[in-house]
Amino acid sequence: MAAQTVRLNTVASNLANTDSVTGDPNTAYRARETVFSAVVDQTNPGLAGVNAGQITESTLPPLKHFEPGNPVADAQGYVYAPNIDPVAQMVNMISSARAYQADVEVINTAKELALSTLNLGK
Amino acid sequence: MDTTTSLFGIHAAALGLREARLDVLASNLANTDTPGYKARDIDFAQALTDATNAANAPNVKKESTADGKTSVTISTEQDPATAALRYRIPLQPSLDGNTVDSDFEHAAFARASLEYKASLQFIDTRAKTLLTAITGQ
Repeated sequence: MAAQTVRLNTVASNLANTDSVTGDPNTAYRARETVFSAVVDQTNPGLAGVNAGQITESTLPPLKHFEPGNPVADAQGYVYAPNIDPVAQMVNMISSARAYQADVEVINTAKELALSTLNLGK
Repeated sequence: MDTTTSLFGIHAAALGLREARLDVLASNLANTDTPGYKARDIDFAQALTDATNAANAPNVKKESTADGKTSVTISTEQDPATAALRYRIPLQPSLDGNTVDSDFEHAAFARASLEYKASLQFIDTRAKTLLTAITGQ
C-alpha cells in the first residue's frame, strides 16, 4: 500500500506540473516514474513485500514553445514545458488506484480471518 | 503424534498451511506491478502430505547404537509450506517479466480465504463436540 501511495503521489506531481513552464531547458520539470522492487522476507523466503525505492526522472527533452509574451520566456522568446503525456499518467493513476484497492481488500480479508480465528471455540 | 494432531486430525496441519498459502498469495498481489517478479503458489496437496508425514515422524530421532549409546539425529528438513512452493506458469507473458495475473490471484485469494474459514469451522465444531463430551450437557 505504501508503495502504491508513492506511485500515486508521483503521478499527482506529474499531472500537477504539466503546465509548469520555465525559460531554461535544463531546469524544466521532468516526469517522475516510480520503480518497484520485491523485498524478500528474511524469515520466510517464500514471501515478498514490495518497495518503491527508486524514482527515476524521464529523459525526454522538454517541449519548446514560442511564447514571446510569457514573462519567463528566454531571450529568443521560447518557454520550455515538461514532456508529460497526460494520458499515460492517467492510465498509471488508474492502475495504481486499482492495486491500492486490491491491497486494502487483502488486508480486510486477513483481518476478518484473524478475528474468526480468535473467536475459535466461542 | 502431538496433541493438536490427535485432537483435530488433519485440520490442524491444514489450517497452518492455508495461512501460509494466503501469505504467498498476498505477496503475489502486493507485487502486481513489480518488474520481473515471479508469482508463486503452494502445491497444497504436496504440502499437506509432507505436513502429515512430519507430524507422524517428528524430526528428532533417537537410535540406540551397537555399543549401548544413544544417538540423536535431528532432521533439518524445510517446513512443508516452503518445500511445496512452486512458480506459477503465466497464461500470457508480459514485457516486464512479471508473471502475476491479478484476476487469477484475486480469485485464488478469495478461494483460499474461504478454504481457511472451512478449516476453521471444522476445528471449531470438533472443539465444541469435545466440550459437550467433557461437560456432558
